[in-house]
Amino acid sequence: MEHKGINLTLKVWRQQNTNTAGEFVTYQVKDISQEMSFLEMFDVLNEQLIQEDKEPIAFDHDCREGICGMCSMYIDGKPHGPWQANTTCQLHMRAFNDGDTITVEPWRAQAFPVLKDLVVDRTSFDRIIQAGGYVSVNTGNAVDGNSLPINKNDADASFAAAMCIGCGACVAACKNSSAMLFLSAKVSHLALLPQGEPERQSRVMNMVAQMDKEGFGACTNTGACEATCPKEISLSNIARLNQEYLLASLTSN
Amino acid sequence: MTWKEVFTSSVGKKLVMSFTGIFLILFLIVHVGLNACIWANDGGTMFNAGAHFMGNNVVPRILEIGLFAGLILHIVQGLMLELSNRSKRGSVGYAVSYSKGSKWYSRSMGLLGTIILLFLILHLYNFWLPNRANQGFLLGEEINLYAKMQDVFSNLWVVIIYVLGCISLGYHLAHGFQSAFRTIGVHNKRYNAIFTTLGYGFSVIVPLAFALMPLSFHFGWVN
Ligand code: HEM
Ligand code: SF4
Ligand code: FES
Repeated sequence: MEHKGINLTLKVWRQQNTNTAGEFVTYQVKDISQEMSFLEMFDVLNEQLIQEDKEPIAFDHDCREGICGMCSMYIDGKPHGPWQANTTCQLHMRAFNDGDTITVEPWRAQAFPVLKDLVVDRTSFDRIIQAGGYVSVNTGNAVDGNSLPINKNDADASFAAAMCIGCGACVAACKNSSAMLFLSAKVSHLALLPQGEPERQSRVMNMVAQMDKEGFGACTNTGACEATCPKEISLSNIARLNQEYLLASLTSN
Repeated sequence: MTWKEVFTSSVGKKLVMSFTGIFLILFLIVHVGLNACIWANDGGTMFNAGAHFMGNNVVPRILEIGLFAGLILHIVQGLMLELSNRSKRGSVGYAVSYSKGSKWYSRSMGLLGTIILLFLILHLYNFWLPNRANQGFLLGEEINLYAKMQDVFSNLWVVIIYVLGCISLGYHLAHGFQSAFRTIGVHNKRYNAIFTTLGYGFSVIVPLAFALMPLSFHFGWVN
């Protein structure tokens, strides 16, 4: 492959903390290798800022291999940037051309307040998980794996839902700032398995209640979440969540 | 959990939208079917007989109360949801908006619904109100609704508003029909495929049939 260095103009959201107003600041980066990831390009920019005695840009990241869900940039009007089924850390600079202007914003949602620059507070997701995203398992000897038969299709669907890395791109993409794709992935993951059965009803009720309390919007099935999700979590999980909720609300005490 | 908690949660509110939406869809089937009698080309005899049956019979008239209740619930809940959802982005919005991942009409249910509402106000004022007023709002003598249509639809502006109302209804249903079934929990691929196809068919055929009614009167396609 041909190696190319590209020059870019970046419009990046800078904000000191949650309580101050932020603004876009424009930066120029030169000779960016197209083999770099988007975050590495930010590293280069931050090095440049440090050398100029300016404050580097705060952004979230951890694994940089698409599995932890920490990276969160809203790039040119799409969470995680232009590629499909991809996280910001796995977005490479070959997605861009020489001379491009790229606008980078933080996730925007009332339930995800900006902490600094591009870093948002996603602990609302942790509290939703705490409200019901678990199974109770007795301690003691490990249970024989084959003692609980699980239909292959259910196991596959559960695994597909368990792919969710909790990044919050679904919320960022949704016009209602709804967390339903995330929630439905977490609920489906456990509702499809026998291990999830004991807490099945309380799980969905409590997690929905917590989601509402955190200030996320209501789902209107637009599908923007599914289109932007780096793990391609299916919209049908939301319908499954609705069914879980309807059944639980009709039959629970 | 209490019923109040069920129906005031975000998912519960959606369920209300969905149940009332499906109820309104069922109403549309009856309404379009009955109104299609204008094309019998018998000077309105068949249509007026149908309208008389619906307007002077206790059962449809009691159902009418349910229809208004459902409609008002759908409208109030819909507009409140729209406002509340809009406020969830927080104080600062995006500089570049994300429009590729979803269809414009799925994001515009509130706007399309509001256009339908404006149309509905005119529509009720044109037909329902004068007819019921003539009946003393009980079971009583009706006006000649066929003649009333001829009269109302002689005005081109009214026809234009009706056609715009029908187009809005079509797009509202293009998203709403299949969305309503997802909301009540249909997640089986085979059923979702059926509801999606059925939904697109419904949202073209029914609004088109409705739109052809004022056009037929205005351009003299019926007599
Ligand atoms: C005969 C007329 C109407 C029919 C058949 C209809 C049908 C529907 C259906 C089936 C849905 C989808 C529900 C869901 O996704 O679960 C819906 C949603 C919606 N409707 Fe209507 N509707 C009508 C009139 C109106 C009016 C007059 C308004 C408002 C002024 C309105 C506002 C909304 C809104 C805002 C939604 C989106 C709510 C959501 O998805 O959570 N609709 N409608
Ligand atoms: S559903 Fe997808 S977009 Fe939403 S948090 Fe999970 S991985 Fe991220
Ligand atoms: S840094 Fe872990 S998913 Fe991007």
